[in-house]
Amino acid sequence: MIEIENITKRYGETAVVDDVSLTIAPRTVTVVVGTSGSGKTTLLRMINRLVEPTAGTIRLDGEDNRSLPGYELRRRIGYAIQGHGLFPHRTVAQNIATVPTLLGWERSRIDAKVDELLQLFQLDPAAFGPRFPHELSGGQQQRVGVARALAAEPKVLLMDEPFGALDPIIRAKAQDDLLTIQKHFETTIILVTHDMEEAFQLADRIAVMDKGKVVQYATPAEMLIKPATPFVESLIGVSERPYRLLAIEQVSSAVEPGSADGAAISSALTQREALAELLWSGRSALPVADPAGAIIGKVSLEGLAKRAAGPA
Amino acid sequence: MPNLSTLFRAGAFLVLVAFLLQPQWFEPLLRPLVQENAPVIYNQGSLLQLTLLHLRTVAVATAAASLVALALAILVTRSSGAEFLPLSRSLVNIGQTFPPVAVLALAVPIFGFGEKPTLIALFLYGLLPIFENALTGLTTLPPSVMEAARGAGMTGGQRLLKVELPLAMPVILAGIRLSVVISLATATIGSTVAAKTLGEVIIAGLQSNNLAFVVQGGLIVATLAVLLHDGLQAAERKLAARMGR
Repeated sequence: MIEIENITKRYGETAVVDDVSLTIAPRTVTVVVGTSGSGKTTLLRMINRLVEPTAGTIRLDGEDNRSLPGYELRRRIGYAIQGHGLFPHRTVAQNIATVPTLLGWERSRIDAKVDELLQLFQLDPAAFGPRFPHELSGGQQQRVGVARALAAEPKVLLMDEPFGALDPIIRAKAQDDLLTIQKHFETTIILVTHDMEEAFQLADRIAVMDKGKVVQYATPAEMLIKPATPFVESLIGVSERPYRLLAIEQVSSAVEPGSADGAAISSALTQREALAELLWSGRSALPVADPAGAIIGKVSLEGLAKRAAGPA
Repeated sequence: MPNLSTLFRAGAFLVLVAFLLQPQWFEPLLRPLVQENAPVIYNQGSLLQLTLLHLRTVAVATAAASLVALALAILVTRSSGAEFLPLSRSLVNIGQTFPPVAVLALAVPIFGFGEKPTLIALFLYGLLPIFENALTGLTTLPPSVMEAARGAGMTGGQRLLKVELPLAMPVILAGIRLSVVISLATATIGSTVAAKTLGEVIIAGLQSNNLAFVVQGGLIVATLAVLLHDGLQAAERKLAARMGR
């Protein structure tokens, strides 16, 4: 649990972060969205005290984050940034071992952790461990950057536009991988981005920041149905709203009784993907199969259209 | 597969070693430069010994200059020492603009004739390139890497030793290389105040109108400078290549 209470950061007269309070539940993904200059990165950097707040407190599991020296606090919190920030003079394995080495883990434990993480990120430890960062592709570098942030098994992982430098295809893959890994380690993730698409894809809760203030802190569905301000509405994109609404939920919750012709789609897809399939194939309904392959009903254009409609 | 320039350097090194160990082999080559009956090969001391003493003087002065310049550069790039940057810059600049000959003239009355005034002159003269390069190296580190080092929980000292210095090392080495080359040439003037360097050979040649002495003294210094320059540059390249630059 992370409790941010009335946190403010002023540089001279201007408040970059202005009296922000947020409570972040453990083992969830919270995405902080905002335009550049909204204070989202400063807010993130105050959690691991790369920036010291002017006023207010932040507690991690009930403990004030100023009860430890800054560097010790940061060894307990994972931190991944845009452009990965890998140490160019150290191998991939040495990069991942950074925090465990600082914490004085035993050699064998560090090696085991490095191997585990490389495998988890689909990088062969024997092939990639001894390489230098410049010998890796952008996507691989980014994965190593996240692996390094997770090496000391932190309960909290802070990410500052971690996928900003990736091309769209690799980015989508990296986002999926991140959710898998988050479930695996049960990490609490706070991620900062300006990309609303990314926020809806990853977030359990979204915090929208504007001019240093949090203007709305809600689940993606709540935010779509009831945007708190015109700013939130414009950030979501009025023309995107119905599709985002469908993208949040899986096909399984839109299944209707009955049958339909043609190839079945998986109930694990999002409703948005089902809609795309319906439109593209020119049909009005498709059969739905559960993960085991059994047909459990159908999904129809009409049914999805009702679900995509906003509150009257 | 060694390329042509590597072979050329290896050749130059072998010729240099041969000349220092068996200078009389080269007598026929230098004979045309001297008058009848004049000695062709320097005969007032061992060339090998002078070369080693010359190198020792340069090594001691450069090592001291490197330590001081690097320490200064580290100090002024910490947030606590940033206010000393203008002062350090001026001090180091004075060391460079003050001519080594003048330093010798001022140092002799205090320290007497011999190696000490030369060491002081070379030390002062060598500070600037090392300081400026170290400063450049330490202030142009990639911001995302420095951010990651802080974010990982490294202390200031750990960041300096584990990240900043290793990353700045190629640029720092380039400064030391410049300083070494300048010192190799400048050390010759130390012989005007009785320091044991290869300058002795050149000065003896000038005094006795013996061109062969001047040429052999000059060529040994020049060859040393070229070989050390290239050797250090190769080390820099190797370091930089490891980092993918």
